[in-house]
Amino acid sequence: MKKVWLLLPFTFVFALIVVFFFALRDETDSSILESALLNQPLPERPLKLLDGDEMINLAEVAQDGPFLLNIWGTWCPACRTEHPVLNELAAQGIRIVGVNYKDEPLAAKKWLIELHNPYFLNVEDPIGNYGLDLGVYGAPETYFIDGQGIIRHRVVGEVTRTMWREELQSIWESL
Amino acid sequence: MIPELGLYAIILATILSGLAGLLPLLGWRWQYANLMGTAKPLTLVTTGFIGLAFMLLVYAFVVDDFSLAYVVIQSTTTLPVYYKVSAVWGGHEGSMVLWVLMLSGWGAAVALASRSLPQDLVSVVLAVINLVLFGFMLFILLTSNPFERVLPNIPMDGQDLNPLLQDIGLILHPPLLYMGYVGFAVAFAFAVAALITGQFDSAWARWARPWTDIAWVFLTLGIALGSWWAYYELGWGGWWFWDPVENASLMPWLVGTALMHSLAVTEKRSGFKVWTVLLAIFAFAYSLLGTFLVRSGVLTSVHAFANDPDRGMFILGLLTITVAGSLLLFALRANRFKESISFNLLSRESFLLINNVLLVVSAFIILALTLMPLVWDAMGGGSISIGAPFFNMMINPIALLLVFAVGVGQLLRWKQHKQDGFGRWLLVMLVASVVLGWGWAWWMGDALSIWLVVSAVSIVWVLLSTGREIHHRIAGKANKWQVLRRQQPSWYGMMCGHLGVIMVVLGAAFVTHFEEKIDVRLVDGDRIEFAGYDLHYKGIKHVEGPNWVSDTGVFDVYRGGELVTTLYPEKRFYTVARQMMTEAGIDDRLYRDLYVSLGEQLDSGAWTARIQVKPYVRFLWLGALVMSLGGVLAVLDRRYRRQA
Amino acid sequence: MKAHRKQKLILIFAGVAVLALALSFIGIAMRNQINLYYSPTDIANGLASPGQTFRAGGLVVDGSVSRDEETLFAQFTVTDGGNELVMQYIGILPDLFREGQGIVAQGSLNGDGVFVADEVFAKHDENYLPPEVAESLKASGHDAYQNYDSGDYE
Repeated sequence: MKKVWLLLPFTFVFALIVVFFFALRDETDSSILESALLNQPLPERPLKLLDGDEMINLAEVAQDGPFLLNIWGTWCPACRTEHPVLNELAAQGIRIVGVNYKDEPLAAKKWLIELHNPYFLNVEDPIGNYGLDLGVYGAPETYFIDGQGIIRHRVVGEVTRTMWREELQSIWESL
Repeated sequence: MIPELGLYAIILATILSGLAGLLPLLGWRWQYANLMGTAKPLTLVTTGFIGLAFMLLVYAFVVDDFSLAYVVIQSTTTLPVYYKVSAVWGGHEGSMVLWVLMLSGWGAAVALASRSLPQDLVSVVLAVINLVLFGFMLFILLTSNPFERVLPNIPMDGQDLNPLLQDIGLILHPPLLYMGYVGFAVAFAFAVAALITGQFDSAWARWARPWTDIAWVFLTLGIALGSWWAYYELGWGGWWFWDPVENASLMPWLVGTALMHSLAVTEKRSGFKVWTVLLAIFAFAYSLLGTFLVRSGVLTSVHAFANDPDRGMFILGLLTITVAGSLLLFALRANRFKESISFNLLSRESFLLINNVLLVVSAFIILALTLMPLVWDAMGGGSISIGAPFFNMMINPIALLLVFAVGVGQLLRWKQHKQDGFGRWLLVMLVASVVLGWGWAWWMGDALSIWLVVSAVSIVWVLLSTGREIHHRIAGKANKWQVLRRQQPSWYGMMCGHLGVIMVVLGAAFVTHFEEKIDVRLVDGDRIEFAGYDLHYKGIKHVEGPNWVSDTGVFDVYRGGELVTTLYPEKRFYTVARQMMTEAGIDDRLYRDLYVSLGEQLDSGAWTARIQVKPYVRFLWLGALVMSLGGVLAVLDRRYRRQA
Repeated sequence: MKAHRKQKLILIFAGVAVLALALSFIGIAMRNQINLYYSPTDIANGLASPGQTFRAGGLVVDGSVSRDEETLFAQFTVTDGGNELVMQYIGILPDLFREGQGIVAQGSLNGDGVFVADEVFAKHDENYLPPEVAESLKASGHDAYQNYDSGDYE
C-alpha cells in the first residue's frame, strides 16, 4: 500500500517527460519545409548586378548548370554566421548566387571584402520584390536550382555544416 | 593550439568525471575503502581541468580569437573587455561550460569541507554529483563544443554580443542563477546518497542543510538580479513577466524554499524524512527542467537560447536518467526511512508543513500554467497563451496565505506550543493588523482594493509577529542587548528571511497598485505634467559609444518648481549587431522610481516617449537581498561551523 | 498514535482540496485571460467574435503602417500570406516593429472587423518570428519558417 504512494512522483515525472518527448519530436518535424514554388521554375524578373549596372535574369544562369541561390543581407546576424559555411562551399567549387536582400549596396560590398566573397554572382533586391516572387520570409534562405532553372529544394534559415554533411550535400549532388 | 588544449581539457574532465562517478560507487558496493577514497582527488582534478577549459575559453574571448565559431557569434573587437569576459556565458556553449564548472566546483567544495562526514557517505555524494557532471560533460562534448573552429576562412570580426546582454546585470545574473540551480545538485546528491546507503538521520540533515541554504541564497540573488535587469534593460519597466524562463527559475526557488524549511524539521525533530528527500530530488529536477526549457525550444521566450531540438532531446535524456532514475530509487527505498515524529496542530512542525504544502502547490501550479500552452497545442486545441493576470490570480492568494502562516509559524515552538493566552494574542494581533493595514491602505489612497488591503494587512501582521517574537526573547531579561547578541545567527536568519518576504510583498503590491504611466508625443521644449512632476523635454542629442550610437533625450525633472534630476533615456543602435535598444532614464529613490523611455521618432521629427512612476519598486529587490542575508545568517550558525 | 497521524493527514488533504477547489474557481472565472491565437485566415473564416480578447499576428505588410502625427495612434495591416487583418493601436510600438516583421498583438475585433490591439509584441531579435505566426504562415501555404537565433551555430 505504502509503496504505491511512493511511486506517485515517479509516475508524474515520467508522464511529463513523455509529453516533452512528443513536443520535441514535433519541433523537429516542423523544421522540414515546403515551398509553394518547389519544383517550379525560378520567377522571372530582371535584376541588377551588385557589381555594375548590368541587368540579368537568374533563369539564364541555370543554363550553365545547377547553383545555390542564397538570400542574404548585411543587416541579418544569421547571415553572418552562415557566411563562413558559404565560403567553404564556394571553395569546393559550388556555384552560389547571392540575392542581396533589402540591403545597401555599399554595405554589401564592404561585407564581401571583409568576410570573403563566396558568390560567383550577386544581384540586388533592394526593396524585396524578387523576395516576394520567391516567397522569401527572411534572410538567410537558400534555394537549390537545377540545370533547368527549377527550384528543387529550399532551406529556410542558415545552412550549417552539419546540415550540409547530413542532408544537403546529397541533394546538391542529385541536381 | 590553445583552443585544442581547451578541448583536451574537456575530454579529460569528461573521462575523469565518469570515473569519479563510477569508482566510489563500486568502492561503496564492495566496501573497499581505497576505491571510495578516489572520490575526493578525482573530483578535485576534474574541477581543475574544467577550470582550465573555462580559462582558455575566457582567454580566446579576450584575445579575439575569431577562429572559434563561438567567439565569432558572441563577441566583436570593439566590445569592452569586461563584456568580452561575460560574453563567454552569453550563449549556449559557454554557459554550459560555466554550468559544469560550477557543478564540479560544488563537488570540490563538498570534497574539501566534508572532513567530518563518514567516508562512505561523502564518496557516494561525490559519486552522484560526478555522474550528473558526466552527463553534462558528454552533452557539451557531443552537441555544444565551444572550441569548434571556423576553418579555413577565419572571419575578421565577430558579430557582437547580443546588446541585451551588454550590461552589468547580465554579467552577474547567469552565474548567480547557475550557482543556485547547480547548488541544488548537492542536496540532490545527499538525498540520493541517503537512498543508496540508507543512512538517513538528523546528522544527515545537518550536513545537507548549509549546502541547500547557500544554493538558495545564490538562486534568490540570481532571480532578483534577473528581475532588476529586465526592469531597467528591457526598457519598459516590467519586473516580472511570468515568462517560461522566469518561471523555470522561480519553480526551483519555491521548492528549494520548501526544502530549506523541511530540512529544519528533519534536523531538529528527525521528521518529514521521506518528504525532505523527495523535495531535494524535486528542487534539482526543477533546475534541470529549467535548463531543458531554456535550451530545447519547446517553449518560446525572450530569454531562450538557440532552439535546437537535438540538444533538447539530449537534455531530456539526462533529465530522464537523473530525475526518473532517482525517483524510481525513491519509490524502492524510501519506505525504509522510519518516521518517528508526533506533533500538535499548534506547533512549528505543522506550520512548516503548511509552508511546504503551499510552496509546493504554487510551484506545481506554475508548472502546469507554463506547460499548458504546450499540452493544449498537443491536444489539438490550437495556440493559446496564458496572460500574467491569470498567473497573478492563481499565485497571489497562495502567496498571501503563506505570509499569514509566516506570522504565526515564526512564533511557535517545536512539538507543541504551550503558552497561556496565545489564542487571545493572535486575535489581538489580527484585529490590530487589520486596523493598521487598512488604515495604511487608506492613507496611501485606496482603501477599497482588496489586494492592496490584504497585502498591507499581511505586512503589518508579520511585523507585529516579529515584534512579539523579539519581545518574547528579551522580556524580563536584565540586559536586553546582551540577550539579543547571544541569539543564534539562525534565529536572525529566520527573522531576516521573513522580513525580506514582506518587503517583496510590499514592493509588488504597491508598484502594481500605484504605478502610473502615460505615452506622450514630444517636440523640443515640451513640458509634461505627470504625477506631481514637471518634465521639460529639451531635445535629443547624439552620443557615440564603443559599439553603439544613440539618440539621447534630455529631460529636466521638476517638482514644486525645483529641479529634481535630469534624465537621459536613450534609443541605442548597436552597429555591429544591428539592433535597436531602448535604454530607460531612471531616477531611483527608495520610495519610487521615475522611469522615462524613448519610443520612436515620427516622420515629423517628434519623438514618442513613455513616462512612468513606480512607487516602492525598489522594495522588490531589496526584499530579495534581505532574504538572502537571512540565508547567509542561517549558514553562519555555530552548529555548522563545528563540523568543518 | 497511528490514528492521530491519519487524522492530521486527512486535515492536510482537506486543506489542499479546499485550496485546489478555490483555485479552480478562480481559474474558471479568469479563463478569458487564457488567450487563444487566431491567424488572419481564422478571423476571415469567422472564428473570432467581436469583443472577445485574443491574440492575432502576422507579417506587417509593406507600406501599410500609418501613424497619426499628433497622437500616438497607429494603423497597420498584417498578413499570413492568405488573408490580411487591419490592426489599430494607440501607444508606443516595440523596438523591432517594422514592415515585413512578424508581430503578435493582443486585443479584440471591433464591429468593423478591425483588430484593436491593447498590446503589441515583437521580440528583441531581428530574426525572430513569433511561433504562432510561423505556424499560421505555414498553414496558409505562404511558406514556413524556422526560428533561428544568432546563438545557433554549428
